Amino acid sequence: MSWYTFEERVIPLDDWIQFGVDWLVENHRDFFQFIKYPVEQSVDGISWLLIFMNPWLIILTFAVLTWKFAGRITTFFTIFTFILIGLLGLWEDTMTTLSMVLVSVLFCAIVGIPLGIASGRRDRFDTFLRPILDTMQTTPAFVYLIPVVMLFSIGTVSGVIATIVFAMPPIVRLTNLGIRQVHPELVEAGEAFGATPLQVLIRVQIPQAWPSIMAGLNQTIMMALSMVVIAALIGAGGLGTPVFQGLNNLNIGLATIGGLGIVLLAMVLDRITQGMGK
Amino acid sequence: MLDKGMDKEEIFKETGMTVGVQDANFSVRTGEIFVVMGLSGSGKSTLVRMLNRLIEITSGAVFVNGRNVADLNQKELTELRRTQMSMVFQSFALMPHLSVIDNAAFGLALAKVEKTKQQERAMEALEQVGLGAWADSFPHELSGGMQQRVGLARALAVDPQIMLMDEAFSALDPLIRTEMQDQLLSLQEKHKRTIVFISHDLDEAMRIGDRIAIMEGGRIVQVGTPDEILQNPANDYVQAFFRGVDPTSILVAGDIARETQITVIKFPGKGPRAALQRLISHDREFGYVLDKSKRFLGVVSTDSLKEMITNNTKIDDFSDAFLENVTPVNADDSMQDILDEVVTRPWPVPVLNEEKQYVGVISKNIFLRTLQQNTTN
Repeated sequence: MSWYTFEERVIPLDDWIQFGVDWLVENHRDFFQFIKYPVEQSVDGISWLLIFMNPWLIILTFAVLTWKFAGRITTFFTIFTFILIGLLGLWEDTMTTLSMVLVSVLFCAIVGIPLGIASGRRDRFDTFLRPILDTMQTTPAFVYLIPVVMLFSIGTVSGVIATIVFAMPPIVRLTNLGIRQVHPELVEAGEAFGATPLQVLIRVQIPQAWPSIMAGLNQTIMMALSMVVIAALIGAGGLGTPVFQGLNNLNIGLATIGGLGIVLLAMVLDRITQGMGK
Repeated sequence: MLDKGMDKEEIFKETGMTVGVQDANFSVRTGEIFVVMGLSGSGKSTLVRMLNRLIEITSGAVFVNGRNVADLNQKELTELRRTQMSMVFQSFALMPHLSVIDNAAFGLALAKVEKTKQQERAMEALEQVGLGAWADSFPHELSGGMQQRVGLARALAVDPQIMLMDEAFSALDPLIRTEMQDQLLSLQEKHKRTIVFISHDLDEAMRIGDRIAIMEGGRIVQVGTPDEILQNPANDYVQAFFRGVDPTSILVAGDIARETQITVIKFPGKGPRAALQRLISHDREFGYVLDKSKRFLGVVSTDSLKEMITNNTKIDDFSDAFLENVTPVNADDSMQDILDEVVTRPWPVPVLNEEKQYVGVISKNIFLRTLQQNTTN
């Protein structure tokens, strides 16, 4: 039997990876706990705030946001949505999901927008970053779910970290695109009037790229919401839990209202962030 | 590589890079409008960008007030661009997210001028271009011409000594373009700045340029006043520019008037007989009557003089012999303006300068020959 018959594994990559992850878990757990800390603190803080706040105050906050960015009809829709969620008994799950989404999107924006700007301004960085983004976007979540749990243990934080990995690429890509689409003559005009590179970025490129960056944020939020059910598999809680439980017990009704909650929340967040880009 | 005597094509073959500008030696005088003209690809846009180093200068020097721009460090260059040299772009290049007044204040904002001062100076600049009422609008709400006025205001607001205008009016339709040229000239009258104006439009260059440089293949082939270049093109390339250009819109009556053609009779002194004698001996039909200070009085013909003599008028005055319907034209009227007069009158049309002094005449012959010269060469 020779290697070129392709009948058995010649490169034991799976063993290497297994070994690598085990090694990381054994020797570098401290480092991953250190990464975990800010995520954990913000998730705990925000979900505590959302769950213990008066629901009507939250509805009011969202109504005002929708009013400001998306107009009157959407505002009625938002109020109706949140009341329906409350009446369906999904309030607490929804707030957990919302806090996870907010935290993961926050981290995606903090890391993703600067990465997008850097790759928009430097072709070589773009070439370097693109395959990494492809990997993040296409690797099935189940593949990295186990290592994430091994490194960060079960619970909400693991869910958020898995979500960050999956949801970050759109905001990086669309920020990159937005920066690249700024007319070169506007950059030139900035330079001609004595703008430093930082001034070109802040006063010309970012304002021009703003709609595109907001579209990226919107897509990141949508991706984050689509991770909710998968995150529930590793004990993240939230709206994924009823879906997951419903599937396990063949309880179609329970799975459906969980799904409905996710869809409604997605629509509200989508309308608000789309309005921000305009 | 140029120093080694290679030419543009050889360098392109060897390196795949194009020589943008070479051998461009010229000086711009303080307060003049210096037009750089050339076809597209002749390097004029590259040239103007080398003046403020938007494009790096690989060899040679650009002196502004005795300082070599090529030697400035980044900080000094930024300072130069913020305070001394501003630019107007063909595509306007206004910031779409900023209101008109914020666009006008753009250069000041970059230079971190105090906010109220910014708004004040931007408003002043907007009023200079007649857009004070539009301060709070956004660029996309304005017409092309108005947008470029904002571009002009943005350049004026920093109060620069030097303005670089890269095909600034080329994107505008002809009527608006002329209007903008007039505006630039009137701004220039109030406050003289040194302007380097890039254009591919000869009419424009002739109209606003104090001096014109003509570029070909990255080289400056001729520098001179519009008249000098028009009358004495340095080579075929320069001459080719004038081919296809409508001479009636460039040349004015003063350019083609000839003084030698017709006998001039001084007034007073000699009487009609002497005048008639001179006309006959020079084989001319018409005579142009001037006073001592060359001011034009009227036109006489051999017939009208004979009639006057027959009537035996005693007065030493030609006024009886003056032909009717003589309308002299001004030296700065365009050929188009005077066409009608030249064609309909039997006599060569007299041309006067601003002081109503006689400059010469334009006959049908001269007029047609000028047209012919400019269309066939």
